[in-house]
Amino acid sequence: MNEIVRDRIDVALTVNGEPVEARVPAGQHLIDFLRLELGLTGAHASCEHGVCGACTVRVNGDAVRGCLMLAAQADGAEVWTVEGLTDTGEIADLQEAFVARNALQCGFCTPGMLVAAQELLAREDAPSRAEIREHLSGNYCRCTGYEAIVDAVETVATARAGKGGA
Amino acid sequence: MKAAVGGYARARDLRHALELLSSADGAGRVLAGGQSLVAALNMRLTTGDVLVDIASLDECRGVVDEGETLRIGALTRHAEIGRDPLIRTHAPLLADAVGHIAHAAIRNRGTIGGAIAHADPAAEFPACALALGAVMHVEGLGGRRSIPAEAFFRDTFETALADGEILTEISVPKAAAGEAQAIEEVARRSGDYALAGLCLVRREGRHRIALFSVGPKPTLAAGAMAALDGGDVEAAVAALTDEIDPPSDTQASGAYRRHLAGVLLRRVVARIEGEAR
Ligand SMILES: Cc1cc2nc3c(=O)[nH]c(=O)nc-3n(C[C@H](O)[C@H](O)[C@H](O)COP(=O)(O)OP(=O)(O)OC[C@H]3O[C@@H](n4cnc5c(N)ncnc54)[C@H](O)[C@@H]3O)c2cc1C
Ligand code: FES
Ligand code: FES
Repeated sequence: MNEIVRDRIDVALTVNGEPVEARVPAGQHLIDFLRLELGLTGAHASCEHGVCGACTVRVNGDAVRGCLMLAAQADGAEVWTVEGLTDTGEIADLQEAFVARNALQCGFCTPGMLVAAQELLAREDAPSRAEIREHLSGNYCRCTGYEAIVDAVETVATARAGKGGA
Repeated sequence: MKAAVGGYARARDLRHALELLSSADGAGRVLAGGQSLVAALNMRLTTGDVLVDIASLDECRGVVDEGETLRIGALTRHAEIGRDPLIRTHAPLLADAVGHIAHAAIRNRGTIGGAIAHADPAAEFPACALALGAVMHVEGLGGRRSIPAEAFFRDTFETALADGEILTEISVPKAAAGEAQAIEEVARRSGDYALAGLCLVRREGRHRIALFSVGPKPTLAAGAMAALDGGDVEAAVAALTDEIDPPSDTQASGAYRRHLAGVLLRRVVARIEGEAR
């Protein structure tokens, strides 16, 4: 049946607020599409089986694994990467807190951490340290030992709650 | 690694999805949340599949109150199950199970139908379905079938789904007045698959115990259930450890898993009795 496409799926989506149209290979991951085709190299491809969280991006409002989603599945989707979230200023306070608290060293995990942390903060007014830890449990960091990351996220949670919530 | 697939097609609706599967000559593979399938493709555990993307099948999404039962669309995501008020009230076991499944980003895309069709012996939802006495509704080009959980799970990654069939929805009996439901598991880290896990449902004085990660498929512990019906927890633990034969692997020995199953049973009984853990 000619509806089964072997190697050129047409997709139309928005990435960081901009419309994108492309023809993608059937097996290409969303993360590779973002990195290789669009040059958005903030999020990383690392384990490529869903374990490390380095590829975490936002799709239709949810933090998801960019390595466990095919670019072909992103047709019609609204995708945000750390680049776009930086440009809009949505995560500026988180980024500042990560720097201030030394919550990043090599920075490999940081884009995924930021996207995951922002999802939690958007859903929970005042998450406890345990909730922050649990929410970030799917994001590996080789450098920081996590304590500083939890500190940074907690700082922002408290600050945002003080301003009457984000 | 990168996925090697044989093709991709987006289904417009259920009928279309079934036609696409049948036209793929045995290479067709349903793609739901992709949280197990894309990982398997990336690891090249499977190659050459023609992926039939069912994400836009709106008829397979959401939770409906049907009086005696809840009907849960196969495409309802783990995260949605976790926050759905109908599930929280009438099938709290499923809501509680979500917290044990993988990590938030995976729960945002993984679907209950995908978890049940995948039938990983260590997965939570298949065992929940068994403990609750759920019924799986499946559809193929030849028609619809309804399969009770007891007959649905056959072996590791093997179910009663035939080639070309799609799991469309799951019906779950609503909790009766005073019913207790609880899930307990032991995993090495938060989000890991369980080394051993147990679901307990006490419905009108009768108990149902479903175990996961202690054998090739989720299983009911009939002997332990009968002992608990008689109010004897120690006899239930003894029966339970007799009636399972867990495998050993690099994560845990069979003996350790057997021991854990007993610990989990005591823990879960204490929890539904409201005692301190
Ligand atoms: C790092 C990681 C950790 C995980 N930890 C856990 C865990 O602790 N517990 C747990 O239970 N799961 C865990 N999972 C798996 C996750 O829950 C998956 O979401 C789930 O197993 C599959 O659901 P899916 O919708 O993503 O299905 P997919 O990956 O799309 O499909 C899985 C399989 O089911 C078939 N299928 C899917 N939907 C249907 C349908 N409607 N009809 C017929 N066939 C269908 C597919 O063809 C495929 O063979 C983990 C996954 C990852 C990546
Ligand atoms: S690269 Fe996606 S989770 Fe590791
Ligand atoms: S800062 Fe290096 S991996 Fe996290």
